[in-house]
Amino acid sequence: MTEQNMSGTFDVIIIGGGPGGYVAAIRAAQLGLKTACIDMFTGKDGKPAPGGTCLNVGCIPSKALLDSSKHFHHVGHEFADHGISVKNLTVDIPKMIARKDGIVKKLTGGVTQLFKGNRVEFFHGKGHLLAGKRVEFTPADGTPAISLQAGSVILASGSVPIAIPNVTFDGEFIVDNAGALDFTSVPRRLGVIGAGVIGLELGSVWSRLGAEVVLLEALEGFLPTADITISQHAAREFAKQGLKFHFGTLVKGANVVKKEVLVTLEDKEGESQLTFDKLLVAVGRKPYIDGLLSLDSGVRLTDRGQIEVDGQSRTSAPGVWAIGDCVRGPMLAHKASEEGIAVAELIAGKPAHICFDNVPWVIYTEPEIAWVGKTEQELKKAGVKYRSGSFPFAANGRALASGSSAGLVKMLADAETDEILGVHIVGASASELIAECVVAMEFHGSSEDLARIVHAHPTLSEAVHEAALHVDGRAIHRGN
Amino acid sequence: MTIEVRVPVLPESVEDAIIVTWHKKAGDAVRRDENLLDLETDKVVLEVPAPADGVLRSILVEAGQTVMSGDVLALIEQALAPAASSSATPAPAEAEVRQASVPDSSKFAAAAPASGVATTAKLSPAVRRVVAEEHIDPGSIEGSGRGGRLTKGDVLAYARKGGSRLEERVKMTRLRKRIAERMKEAQNTAAILTSFNEVDLNAVMDLRTRFKEEFLKHHGVKLGLMSFFVKACCEALRKHPVVNACIDGDEIVYHNFQDVGIAVSTDRGLMVPIIRNAEGLSLAEIEKTIEQFAVKAREGNISLEDLQGGTFTITNGGVFGSLVSTPLLNPPQSAILGMHAIKERPVVVAGEIVARPMMYLALSYDHRIVDGRDAVQFLVSVKESLEDPARFLLGL
Repeated sequence: MTEQNMSGTFDVIIIGGGPGGYVAAIRAAQLGLKTACIDMFTGKDGKPAPGGTCLNVGCIPSKALLDSSKHFHHVGHEFADHGISVKNLTVDIPKMIARKDGIVKKLTGGVTQLFKGNRVEFFHGKGHLLAGKRVEFTPADGTPAISLQAGSVILASGSVPIAIPNVTFDGEFIVDNAGALDFTSVPRRLGVIGAGVIGLELGSVWSRLGAEVVLLEALEGFLPTADITISQHAAREFAKQGLKFHFGTLVKGANVVKKEVLVTLEDKEGESQLTFDKLLVAVGRKPYIDGLLSLDSGVRLTDRGQIEVDGQSRTSAPGVWAIGDCVRGPMLAHKASEEGIAVAELIAGKPAHICFDNVPWVIYTEPEIAWVGKTEQELKKAGVKYRSGSFPFAANGRALASGSSAGLVKMLADAETDEILGVHIVGASASELIAECVVAMEFHGSSEDLARIVHAHPTLSEAVHEAALHVDGRAIHRGN
Repeated sequence: MTIEVRVPVLPESVEDAIIVTWHKKAGDAVRRDENLLDLETDKVVLEVPAPADGVLRSILVEAGQTVMSGDVLALIEQALAPAASSSATPAPAEAEVRQASVPDSSKFAAAAPASGVATTAKLSPAVRRVVAEEHIDPGSIEGSGRGGRLTKGDVLAYARKGGSRLEERVKMTRLRKRIAERMKEAQNTAAILTSFNEVDLNAVMDLRTRFKEEFLKHHGVKLGLMSFFVKACCEALRKHPVVNACIDGDEIVYHNFQDVGIAVSTDRGLMVPIIRNAEGLSLAEIEKTIEQFAVKAREGNISLEDLQGGTFTITNGGVFGSLVSTPLLNPPQSAILGMHAIKERPVVVAGEIVARPMMYLALSYDHRIVDGRDAVQFLVSVKESLEDPARFLLGL
């Protein structure tokens, strides 16, 4: 702590330095508030590593490995098509992991720099909320706890993986997302419990690197929250890539016997067993609130274990706010960041609003999956009259040229007003293509608006343009 | 805030305009879109409406003077408008004048692109398209989008509400084209005149009420009003054969039969199926024939045969509520009877004022061959038959 803050009094104290917390801290500081951010993450080098799950063991490292493994897979499986042959292809997993770690270090270091640049006081350690907006800070270096006083507190403590009964994480054979980012070699057989975002992404990584990957999913259907057209299309693509799915399958237990994981399953045909070299448990995440709140903090939890907040992220304790994975809403980094900005602005007395309607969803598999707004099944259920347009990447010049012609863009628009209600993409760069759709929807744009905007040629974005045209039955490069 | 009233953009071929009349004088209160003055060009007279509510502070160019596009004509002190509308529509006053000052569509088309630049700059692509196609002034619509922006849904809803200036061209059906030709042919050839009378339908109504069920049971068809009129007309046509005649070149063709056409409105347009030899038909037979036509019309399979010929026509505007009208001849026929709505009206019967179901009758006729006397007496005959249906029995 610097001299000026020895008093330990701040306008805002943020507990948690992930994409919700650190963004809130920077915004609060920008608005002239004296801001502190407490974060307990420690990097592999033993140094503070603010950035939360996202930067340390989530979004960023998984993307690093997804890209590394994609390169390996392309060299082995797709270069031949381009007339490029490579002999004696090998992969150095420790080097790949080290590269990933380097990226993480660069970004967490970047957050530290941003804190300095914005005069956010950073505290490495644990924060514990007391009554009256007091925060007890326990430093990570083992020095005695100190008490800080805040005008406002933002809880941004994030989430942790959910464990399932009879499957105990051991950090070596049975791992969570963090563990699956640090395998030192390619497992021959990788079991993944949960065919959701994390399971699919990390399953893809190790599958491309040569693992035989089996995904065990309790639900009957694949990606039930995605649009039905997209999930069906994606399921076919993943099956082609060699990912094996077992739907409607419950995991009853897992035991490590002689360096192998023996998993007991139950599906409608009864109990059976599968053997893996590694088992990744990715069944979801839950708010992380261990040791966050004192009994008299005044912050209530919901029956689902989330911190209870109102529409503007206020908790039940006056002056205490909560954002990100520890509250309601989708557990997405960009949702947490937006909440963080909104809350910082509200604390500074500015008008701000938080709306989850147009939060984009992305799954970084290959092909990528991205969507925003309502799915077709949601619209049907709600009785909304809509028009639908779609365009396959197989008819897109750029996609064909780059050899990534799998997938499609699907757009749903109100039958009467033509306002875009949802856009669903499975295909290369879906994560980037979805951005223009989010902008259009945030401005209540119509499919015709996108249809009348010039899209560069040749680009993948032309598929979005064509899908918009197709809503009105006037796509150029497909039947209408 | 002061707003300038400017001369709207004049069409390319027009260089200047003359102020014909000022409808307001300095100090007058004006409402938005209220006409301030008339401008005359060598092509057209233009109105220049007020661009906003307020007070006409001063007139800068007097009547009789010549002005050019964009010249300032007057200043208006704007009334305090709600902040929302003024901030949402920072359209310059000039553009407003242009939009509003367009009396006909060709003029509007010339002015629209110029004003479009000023007012559509901040609109989304789809909104720009709808506004241009529907000739909507975007400034007059409240936006529901982010920051009050207009969405496509906003302008579509506005267009549906009637803000649209769009015209739609639909090809005429053959039937409609034929109707158009024949209507104009009638007006071009015949010397059409209309005579009126009124009829008390008390007796006919009584009869219908009394024999309603019995008639239906016996004949399998409802006893309607039309059969009485057909019958009454047949009787009148017998007495005045010239009304049933037509001109063919230098000759008058008298028909010794009465083929009475009944005009019916269908989804496809007006149709006039013919009751052949109506003079020899009973009320029940007439009702049956009419019912057959009604079924055929509904099912869309009235044949050409059903429509050809006819020596006289009855049209009933009363079913749509018409109180009185002058029907147009159905050429080459020489007369047409117009029935109208039945209204309870006070009439004097035997020195007493009573309420009676009254209908105005109109007979349009071709004065080239039908004289006024025949026409008037024809109507009187129809009236008398209907007011005392016993005359049918007696052949009076």
